Amino acid sequence: MIPAAFDYTVAESVDHAIALLGEHGDDAKLIAGGHSLLPLMKLRLATPAMLIDVDRLDELSFVRDGGDHIAIGARTRHHDVQNSLLLQTDVPILAHAAGQVGDPQVRHRGTIGGSIAHADPASDLPAVLLALGGSLVARGPSGDRVIDARDFFVGFLESALAPTEVLTEIRVPKVPGVGWSFQKFNRRAQDWAIVGVAAVHNNGSSGVGLVNMGSTPLFAAGVVEALRNGASAADAAAHADEGTEPQTDINATPEYRRHLVKVLVRRALEEAGA
Amino acid sequence: MRIRLTVNGVDHESDVEPRSLLVHHLRHQLGLTGTNVGCDTSSCGACTVIVDGQSVKSCTMLTVQANGREVTTIEGLADGDEMHPMQQAFQAEHGLQCGYCTPGMVMAAVSLLQENPHPTDAEVRLGLEGNLCRCTGYHNIVKAVLTAAEAPQVPIPHVTVRSGQEVSA
Amino acid sequence: MTATETPPVVVEPDANGNRIIGRPRVRREDPRLLSGEAKFTDDLDLPGALHLAVLRSPLAHARITSIDLSGALGLPGVVAAYTGEDLADLWATPMPCAWAVTEDMLNSPHYPIAIGKVCYVGDGVAAVLATSNEAARDALESIIVDYDPLPAVVDLEDALSDRVLVHEDLGTNTSYTWKLDVGLDEVEAAFASAAHVVKERYVQQRLIPMAMEPRAVAAVPQPFGGDITLYSATQIPHVLKVMTAITLGIPEQQLRVIAPSVGGGFGSKLDVYAEELLCTALAQKHRVAVRWVEERTENAQATIQGRGQIQDIELAADENGKLLAVRVNLLADMGGYLQLITPGIPLLGAFLYAGVYDLPLAYSFTCTGVYTTLTPTDAYRGAGRPEATYAIERAMDRLAVATGLDPVELRRRNFIQKEQFPYTAFTGLVYDSGDHDGALTKALAMVDYDGVRAEQAARRAAGSTRHLGIGISTYFEMCGLAPSRVLASLNYSAGGWESATVRVLPTNKVQVVTGASPHGQGHETSWSMIVAERLGVDPDDVDVLHSDTALAPLGMDTYGSRSLAVGGIAIYQAIDKVIDKARLIAAHILECDPLDLEFDLGTFSVRGTPSSQVPLAQVAFAAFTAHDLPDGLEPNLEAQVTYDPPNFSWPFGTHICVLDIDEETGAIDVVKFVAVDDCGNQINPTIVDGQVHGGVIQGLAQALFEEAIYDADGNPLTSTLADYLVPAACDVPPITTGHTITPSPTNPLGVKGIGEAGTIGSAPAVMNAVVDALSHLGVTEMAMPASPLRVWTAIEAARVAGGASPTAATPGGAS
Repeated sequence: MIPAAFDYTVAESVDHAIALLGEHGDDAKLIAGGHSLLPLMKLRLATPAMLIDVDRLDELSFVRDGGDHIAIGARTRHHDVQNSLLLQTDVPILAHAAGQVGDPQVRHRGTIGGSIAHADPASDLPAVLLALGGSLVARGPSGDRVIDARDFFVGFLESALAPTEVLTEIRVPKVPGVGWSFQKFNRRAQDWAIVGVAAVHNNGSSGVGLVNMGSTPLFAAGVVEALRNGASAADAAAHADEGTEPQTDINATPEYRRHLVKVLVRRALEEAGA
Repeated sequence: MRIRLTVNGVDHESDVEPRSLLVHHLRHQLGLTGTNVGCDTSSCGACTVIVDGQSVKSCTMLTVQANGREVTTIEGLADGDEMHPMQQAFQAEHGLQCGYCTPGMVMAAVSLLQENPHPTDAEVRLGLEGNLCRCTGYHNIVKAVLTAAEAPQVPIPHVTVRSGQEVSA
Repeated sequence: MTATETPPVVVEPDANGNRIIGRPRVRREDPRLLSGEAKFTDDLDLPGALHLAVLRSPLAHARITSIDLSGALGLPGVVAAYTGEDLADLWATPMPCAWAVTEDMLNSPHYPIAIGKVCYVGDGVAAVLATSNEAARDALESIIVDYDPLPAVVDLEDALSDRVLVHEDLGTNTSYTWKLDVGLDEVEAAFASAAHVVKERYVQQRLIPMAMEPRAVAAVPQPFGGDITLYSATQIPHVLKVMTAITLGIPEQQLRVIAPSVGGGFGSKLDVYAEELLCTALAQKHRVAVRWVEERTENAQATIQGRGQIQDIELAADENGKLLAVRVNLLADMGGYLQLITPGIPLLGAFLYAGVYDLPLAYSFTCTGVYTTLTPTDAYRGAGRPEATYAIERAMDRLAVATGLDPVELRRRNFIQKEQFPYTAFTGLVYDSGDHDGALTKALAMVDYDGVRAEQAARRAAGSTRHLGIGISTYFEMCGLAPSRVLASLNYSAGGWESATVRVLPTNKVQVVTGASPHGQGHETSWSMIVAERLGVDPDDVDVLHSDTALAPLGMDTYGSRSLAVGGIAIYQAIDKVIDKARLIAAHILECDPLDLEFDLGTFSVRGTPSSQVPLAQVAFAAFTAHDLPDGLEPNLEAQVTYDPPNFSWPFGTHICVLDIDEETGAIDVVKFVAVDDCGNQINPTIVDGQVHGGVIQGLAQALFEEAIYDADGNPLTSTLADYLVPAACDVPPITTGHTITPSPTNPLGVKGIGEAGTIGSAPAVMNAVVDALSHLGVTEMAMPASPLRVWTAIEAARVAGGASPTAATPGGAS
């Protein structure tokens, strides 16, 4: 229940956080809402020597119209993503999925940036980002760079962020009026998904992201390809487990996950109008 | 680290270790033992308090992260001798038995009604998804929240600033 | 704090003549719990207390080859650190097991900190005292323990084989074999000739009680004289006092035990735990307060678990489906050690494996208790009785399939009929009263049984992939634990009585002292209602004292749905004594014969001359001043009663679950849950319903969500509330409750008890519904919890096996 002792610094700005990361190296961790990190620290499964608190960087809390896309500050809390009228109108799947993360208390503290940077394959929002074809803005000592979401999740709990980079912004294309569906299958509402599916579909163009089907959040390329080739939702869904490496845990076997993902992709595509 | 916290309308300045969790600070340093601890994993919600107007799990927030913020705990919910409508409803509907989850459940319910003043049965259940109770089977908790929703709304006490960005349009 | 206004006392009595009893009343306990003012054990402010932390074994089974405490001892704030051997001198006896169920039961010595060997993940291997909890917990990381790992024993049948011995000193993993045989020849004959035989195996998965308040302990030496006050989050302060005194060799009178506000127990706090003994012994040794609070992860490992049985049950029935004999063989998981009443738990079910049915004298029950290298088991809500009810109710549904009868009809044919009560069962126990058909009929109407069966048939006809299931369970709850003589026959080490004192104070306020020890049940409210009803005072003028062995020195505490049926009757009888004494004083004041006095609404009046009266207030004051009492009468108005119940009480009821299964995912959605419970007369219907709601969801959670899972090496995989699935509000259905009222003839209040009924009735109803939903697909069995994975796997297996046989269609057809 009690984390091991650590040092703590409040980052005054993104650049300050970057400088602190450079100074403390691997010993340091960024903390914002803390809902990925603190539970691990309390169980002493994570013992960083230094926490750099980016939770006060209000400059990173925003939902902005970027023309063809919506830009969301990394420190924007799930609750604010969920309730953003801009997102509800232009990227409804993201607002909806943010409302499925954890529980209300978690959503009041947890942030979209933290959730995505944690790169957890069981997390909801990365799959949505993959389905939408979003991108991430990372700032490092040499400035900003934009990373395609499909290049961002490189391994289990591992992102494309360099050690001295801070995720500052999430960009998602505007998709007003497109069909979408977010299917989260779990045993209790507050739990991580056993399998989840995010799907968007518009005039033959589709995106499908998968939750908890491998060591990283996954883009269901086989499904999208099949749809592009004119497959029905049901036929496309048969490709849902292609390229996945689902794990065994106390709630599911790999076979069950492979089955579930096909069912959920089919349902998602049907709901999205594919 | 020196911090300042406004709890139930009272300013407190304290020295805290960075690893101090808000719930431990409230309980051990400020003596506000109404907020309980029921798990290690942010699952049970027994430690729910209001920070800057929103429910949070105080076991998953560092005390230093609450520096400068306003906290409302169960002890600050009543108006003098007058119980908050949510507290009254929990008693009227037998929404508690052992009472251990109750402070967190009540604070979560107060936050829920602030965000959704007239919820359905299903919305109450979903809105309390982060709070576990082992005694009541939730049946009367849900009734209590629905009853409280019928009462004139009372703003969450001791909140002058609210966190969260204004919803963009 | 102002309580929500309670309705004024209704002056018009109900059919039973009651004005307060039997009417809903809000709880007086609530304001302090709702305001945060209530003090749970870890809330106590104890300046200067040392904090205990326990290093726990990460291995399920190992010899300890060395422990190096030096790293911990040098750390700031650390006052002391101990191994099990260091502390061995503090224990006069090993930790207590109060229930040697057989003469030859094998029990290996169990110490608060293990000596030489660990037997489950979570077994204590070292203890640290420090000036803060943080320092104590940090220090655990600096203790170096070398283990010589041994193979784990996690499977009950593997345990039975003695392939690996959990306790080498015992020479076997079998702790005991206990039998209850009634008419063995008749059993053999019945199975040989029966038209229908059902033989089923059910697994009662281990459950973690998960009371929301983790355990907490504080032992505080008193300033003078060597006394110690032990605060504990316990259900059993009285039993804990006796056992702590014995285990530590402390004179009992030097120990005071207080259970402050206790945040739920469900059996898990019905125990004597290592940390209670450690805090007390170390507080005595160091002459300073010592406290400990459990983390949830520790709770999942080092607090007892429930269930853990393999049940083989066989039913023999005639061509009409009438039961002829029942044969049960249990394998019960004791875990690594025997805790307070571990071995007796499965035996509490021994009397209930024929459920609510009229069974001839043909019954055979055998239970074998085996050690494993897992957390010890012990009482969990229902304790033996939910397991028994589950087995018979699930097997009855199989018998319904075998006979082609609707489960409702099969049950009706076998019910003990209303007129048969009091009914002497095959066990010799007498069932006090019942009306099973009444409860069933009411529940069927509430759930619209014919309607849901018709919908089920329609869905099947339409080929829907969402399958509707309807499950019934009819149950008895053997409660009111317990007649002391029955406990003696079971070799239990204590009695089953309860104590109460009722004291009318000079100002006509009343103090009740109860030996029951509430932890959420609302005893203060219910007890005040009983007293107020009978003495004609306001319930708010009745103070209820409990859970402190100095205030309430006699008690057997709270578990087994006993508090009202035993403790409540003690109060009733103490009130009788108070009224009897007051009558003598009133007669003296009125100068009349005591036999001519009536007592109603707090006033004595002369029968036939109502103007000649004296209020209890005046009698109480006269008793206090003692200026003019009848000759030979002692001053004051007080009576103490210790009540030993003549019989168990037998609440009963019917639960019906309607659920919906998504064939494609295996997900289950409970559509409706109806619970009709009969607990005899009710004191506070609000509290009765609350107990039912909570119990039903705990049983439903066993059926659908919860399971303590271990890997093959005995490592727990469900040690947090993120992994162990206690459901939240949105994961469970609302509950439709109903009641029939069949008073118990064995006590003057006509009450039975309700604490465990919900848990006992609900799990089999849910699981019968799950199997019913899938029966037309060929699914005949489902293990608990019916997780989506299990449901999907069962459907797939049935599909591969070729689907349903025609006889497995809707039971009895849609009527």
